[in-house]
Amino acid sequence: MKWISLVSGFMIPLTLFYIIGYGVINREKVYDMFIEGVKEGFKIVINITPTLVGLMVAVGVIRTSGALDLLAEILHPLGKCLRIPAEVIPVILIRLFSTSAANSLVFDLFKEFGTDSTIGLIASIVMSCTESIFYIMSVYFLSVKVKKTRWTLTGGLIATVAGVAASVIIAMRMQ
Amino acid sequence: MLNYIWAFMIMIGIMVAAFTGKMDGVSSGILDAAKEAVNLCIVMLGVVGMWTGVMKIAEQTGLVRQLTKLLMPVLRFLFPNIAQEERVMGYIAANMIANLLGLGWASTPTGLKAMKELHEIHKKRCAVSGGDPEAASDEMCMFMVINISSLQIIPINMIAYRSQYGSVHPAIIILPGLIATAVSTVAGVLYSVWKCRRNDRKKLEKGNKA
Repeated sequence: MKWISLVSGFMIPLTLFYIIGYGVINREKVYDMFIEGVKEGFKIVINITPTLVGLMVAVGVIRTSGALDLLAEILHPLGKCLRIPAEVIPVILIRLFSTSAANSLVFDLFKEFGTDSTIGLIASIVMSCTESIFYIMSVYFLSVKVKKTRWTLTGGLIATVAGVAASVIIAMRMQ
Repeated sequence: MLNYIWAFMIMIGIMVAAFTGKMDGVSSGILDAAKEAVNLCIVMLGVVGMWTGVMKIAEQTGLVRQLTKLLMPVLRFLFPNIAQEERVMGYIAANMIANLLGLGWASTPTGLKAMKELHEIHKKRCAVSGGDPEAASDEMCMFMVINISSLQIIPINMIAYRSQYGSVHPAIIILPGLIATAVSTVAGVLYSVWKCRRNDRKKLEKGNKA
């Protein structure tokens, strides 16, 4: 599937070209703005570093203890039935609660199977097309003190299942 | 929530290690993971910094505001009952654009403002025609489902992670991710639109009877 990598490869450069070009045409100080934005980005990364240390240590513990292999073995029949590699299922489940925790599991898959393996690709795409449902819902609904969330969870799960299914189908075709 | 997940992961892991006799491995695993986390963040400084830098240009040159305007027809279709409420529609649009551009952290403040406005409208409605102000309105559910379905066009963080872990084509997931995101968003929106229109009809019938 050469065209996937071709189109994908165009996206970032084209975005940069368009945004910077728009700035230049409007005679804006694009470089100064860029530096300003980088500074903000640094602050964001510094803020997530402690989270990553905490969660990657936790994943390191369950990986090296063999607990993750045990879990994958238990999930194997479920994976076979859904036609998903069993190793990806914990990522999908944790994804519903926390992005950073799910990311830590994905790094583990990257190390174990490689980023460009089918498992690595499924994990990458699943992380890109889903969100942490329970985290988002609790942040937003708690902020306005709404207790009955009605059909939000059903809708969110429908979107997530559709995204995961699409990820698996596409990743399987990419090899 | 994360307090439990985190503690559970570490404690289960250590207990399993006690049974499998892999304590040594866990010991070095803990130290390696902590180091790895910081190494990863150094890579992230570069990539995330580059992206927020470019997005700062988009924001300050007014490009983001223009994109927000382009979104309005879509929003009017998704939220027909509050289309005349300019302020809340503005917040929802700003939140969606931030999500589309992969500025997750920038989307939360506008998202919370949108939620607050939606709740105000809901409370007013409840005062007039009855209803539970502690239950989400259809618009709030719709807004949440769209947020949950993920709108991101370029998953810049995942690309950075992939390149750190030795991918030959870190960016190859852009198009597949875009397709998968579109599928999840369309599925979520179809369900939400169906729910909203059905509830609107029910309310109308109820009104006719009364």
